[in-house]
Amino acid sequence: MNQQVKIRIDGQEIITERGKTIVEAARENGVFIPTLCNMPGVKPKGACRICTIKINHRMMTSCTTPVADGMDIENNTDELNDIRKSIIELLFVSGNHFCPACEKSGNCELQALAYRFKMMVPRYPYDFPRKEVDSSSPKIIKEQNRCIACQRCMKTIVDEDGRHFFAYEDRGKDLRVVLDPILGKEITDELAKKAMENCPVGSIIYKELGFHEPIGTRKYDKEPIGSKIES
Amino acid sequence: MNKKIIATTSLAGCFGCHMSILDIDERILDLIELVEFDKSPIDDIKKFSRPVDIGIIEGGCCNSENVEILRYFRENCNILVSLGECAIMGGLPAMRNGIPIEECLREAYIDGVTVGENTEKIIPNDKELPILLDKVYPCHEVVKIDYYLPGCPPRADLIWNALYALITGNEMDLPYEVIKFD
Repeated sequence: MNQQVKIRIDGQEIITERGKTIVEAARENGVFIPTLCNMPGVKPKGACRICTIKINHRMMTSCTTPVADGMDIENNTDELNDIRKSIIELLFVSGNHFCPACEKSGNCELQALAYRFKMMVPRYPYDFPRKEVDSSSPKIIKEQNRCIACQRCMKTIVDEDGRHFFAYEDRGKDLRVVLDPILGKEITDELAKKAMENCPVGSIIYKELGFHEPIGTRKYDKEPIGSKIES
Repeated sequence: MNKKIIATTSLAGCFGCHMSILDIDERILDLIELVEFDKSPIDDIKKFSRPVDIGIIEGGCCNSENVEILRYFRENCNILVSLGECAIMGGLPAMRNGIPIEECLREAYIDGVTVGENTEKIIPNDKELPILLDKVYPCHEVVKIDYYLPGCPPRADLIWNALYALITGNEMDLPYEVIKFD
């Protein structure tokens, strides 16, 4: 069976292999499709919908859709970018994202996407929900005000015995990602740093180290998110 | 060319955004060729003396006085600009949002660990004082705002580029580096 498939993204022809998702194929060929809940090496789930594209005029999530021969994909269009921007705005108004007081500012993927899509102000009213901060672990702080429930920490922060440090608690509007109170006390330095790194926002903060990178040298200060893929 | 009239104010802000206006450095000499200031803390004019072209608002609305001044600005300004995170989303003062007002005041004046000599346990309630709102509101949730310049503080280049475009009627040229939320 022929493993090669041909797809088109915004008119650009891309030759890739069967089995890859559209996000992967695009990334390998210098096309940026914004993602937030998705990260390389983790099974995609299409939760945040920021990677929404149009395949043959139908909206799909590109992180969960495998490539197929002859797909005609729209990606960088005004319509899709406005939908993506509105998702970012919804995330900003539904949590308490105080960028000036956040340790992750400048390295935050949500903020970087807002910069890339030139979000000057959200079109929705602010919710200002009351959320808790869990600082019971000696190594990390779980800041619920900033959590977007993307599950990236739940999927990637696992010890050698297969125990997960983060899990969902409650349902519906009360749903939140929490740190296991017992495992949280034993978390290693290495895993704590990885947890902060894997969090796309500032919801997991490594203790005793904040604001150590000067403004101007942080990840998204000079270059928009995705510019490495596009170069 | 007639000079454009500018007014500024700081509501629930820290004056950092006003400091950032001054951070345009020597371009301030170009600015005074182009504009005249009306009501503003910079010249200490308290009341509008004429219709204003551009009103610049720093800070959100945390009390009744802020709302009154913001509405006063909207009535007298042709264009209203939200300058900085506090005006746009409430900023740090909005960290009290979600916490009941009574709890906030008790913490500030009675129960807080840094409260010193409040032996009578009084929460200030003089009728001269503006009334605190239930939460801190972004300016655009109180009146219509025409432009938003984010940042804490907004970069001087962002302020200059945007202001220059508004004064001269040109399109705003806002490069990636100047739009930041911190």
